[in-house]
Amino acid sequence: MLELFMYGIVLGSIISLGAIGITLVYGILRFGNFAHGDLMTTGAYIAFFFVTGPLNWVGIPDNMFGPFSFGWRMVIAFPLSMLSVGGVAILLDRILYQTLRNKEAGRVTLSMSALGASFIIRMGVLLIWGADYKFYKPGLIRPALELPAGIKIRPDQILILIVVAILVTAVHLFLKKSRMGKAMRATSDNMELARLSGIEIQKVIYYTWGIGGALAAAAGVLYGIDVQLHPGMGWNFLIPLFAAAILGGLGNVYGALVGGLVIGVVQQMSTAVLLPTYKPAVAFIIMIVLLLIRPQGIFGRSSR
Amino acid sequence: MQIGGILAYLVSFAIMATIYAVFSLGLNIQWGYTGLFNIGIAGFFAIGAYMSSLITMPKPSGTYAEYVDVLFALNLPFPIGLLGAGVVCGIIAYLIGIPTLKLGEDYLAIATIGIAETVRLIFNNEQWLANGPRGLAGLPQPLSGLVEARFYNYIYLMIVILILVILYLATERAIRSPWGRVLRAIREDEVSASMSGKKISSFKMQAFVFGAMVMGIGGALYAHYTKAISPDVFTPLYGTFIIWVMVIAGGSGNNKGVILGAFVVWAIWIGTQFITNFLPYTLKARAPYIRFLIIGILLEIILLYRPRGLLGEEKAVSRMME
Repeated sequence: MLELFMYGIVLGSIISLGAIGITLVYGILRFGNFAHGDLMTTGAYIAFFFVTGPLNWVGIPDNMFGPFSFGWRMVIAFPLSMLSVGGVAILLDRILYQTLRNKEAGRVTLSMSALGASFIIRMGVLLIWGADYKFYKPGLIRPALELPAGIKIRPDQILILIVVAILVTAVHLFLKKSRMGKAMRATSDNMELARLSGIEIQKVIYYTWGIGGALAAAAGVLYGIDVQLHPGMGWNFLIPLFAAAILGGLGNVYGALVGGLVIGVVQQMSTAVLLPTYKPAVAFIIMIVLLLIRPQGIFGRSSR
Repeated sequence: MQIGGILAYLVSFAIMATIYAVFSLGLNIQWGYTGLFNIGIAGFFAIGAYMSSLITMPKPSGTYAEYVDVLFALNLPFPIGLLGAGVVCGIIAYLIGIPTLKLGEDYLAIATIGIAETVRLIFNNEQWLANGPRGLAGLPQPLSGLVEARFYNYIYLMIVILILVILYLATERAIRSPWGRVLRAIREDEVSASMSGKKISSFKMQAFVFGAMVMGIGGALYAHYTKAISPDVFTPLYGTFIIWVMVIAGGSGNNKGVILGAFVVWAIWIGTQFITNFLPYTLKARAPYIRFLIIGILLEIILLYRPRGLLGEEKAVSRMME
């Protein structure tokens, strides 16, 4: 049981990364980005591309990186993937959402457009890489470490927790300390007021997408390291991501972090009694129950 | 191809387009007229298809029974299957509507995605319910004894068109009634609608349930056409997304428009098959992805350049208001 809890924390930390992106975008742009799961997929596959493609061709050796189940190429591919997906998210905004905003389309139109983007991305991934499961480094099973109390945990999973902790701290510092972070929080609180105070809203929006996309990429790659890559992985994450963001109160970054951990733990613990394939349904049930008893989320304010 | 072959092809095209037109009508009630953001159509599609199948199929017997698990098989006539599909979808919609309809549209959207995924997972994993991932086959078809099997599609086309016409007339009538005017008032401005003394939540619920029932009937029509269903049919792409494209392309808020949209988008969908036939052999296996990619891009183009769709919304107020 304790072991399931630990795995739940690992899964939850991945969900948190995605949920933070969703909540940031919602806070600033006030629409549900249904393409966020597929940004995770994009990140995972872009890293896969770098690992098997360019980094291979330039001859970077793929020796094992410490006790982990991936090689040195991944160390380079990880930040490259984050950068690329940040770019993809900004590009999507340029092509789709910005144009729609300028036409004063409703937020439902934006969400619909995001849903369309999610299918376009997934079809692109399927077209390029096919529908099979992929691994960053096939055929490797690294021995798990034995912690006290008989908990088995793989070095990969410990690394995932560390990477997520670093990224979340970075986001926290960025939002609290940097000028742009403060501008983002101001825009999230009140866009008109922020505009009047001379904040460049468009720049804020690009930063939001960039950070959201980069975090989604990180989540996707980490999930790929922990489990495997699949074109449908992001879509399967969509419900847990939103459940986590809603649990923490849409727009609340710290809420999304806690929400992700809660959803991850409950999902993983549920496998003790339910089939593992029911994990998205578990997240969904939590979300529905939550909407019934506390629709603004645990940390949300009662009204926007 | 001979004339007969072309005709048979057109008939099967028309049947599927008509079935999708039924779904589009259902979504139009929810989204086009009331502004309810349902992106879990696949869930109601699946429930309708499975319900009608279980109601109408005979109890498995002989060796077949060893391979098929079903919760029940009632062997009842087709109209009862349609009715059952509609009623059960209505009940499910009611239950899902309770926590979500009073919240914002994003919540309803993600909740309906959730219900669609959950429904698919349940049908996939619960073998006892409706035979798990292998699904059901050999479903009965109405009036199938009337003609030779190879001419049966003509009969079925008549049936689906008849049902579409009935649903269209019922929807038009409802939409043009005072009830329908309240729905549009809610879509345009909830606050002023509620200030006029309308109970928003119950009107939304009625529209949501009504639309879901129509979708359930669409699912039933699909099941009895293909005669075989399995959970992997009811994917978000095939069961939800393409219907949204139809409604938006045709013109949400216009029943004639969404029916036109269903036929046009289904024609494009079938047409892309001809294009992908020209692909080199190595890409053939991935042709479906290209086809969905085209549909996705089509949606984005419509949203960007023609958000009103082909026909746009019909004026439903008095002509004197111009």
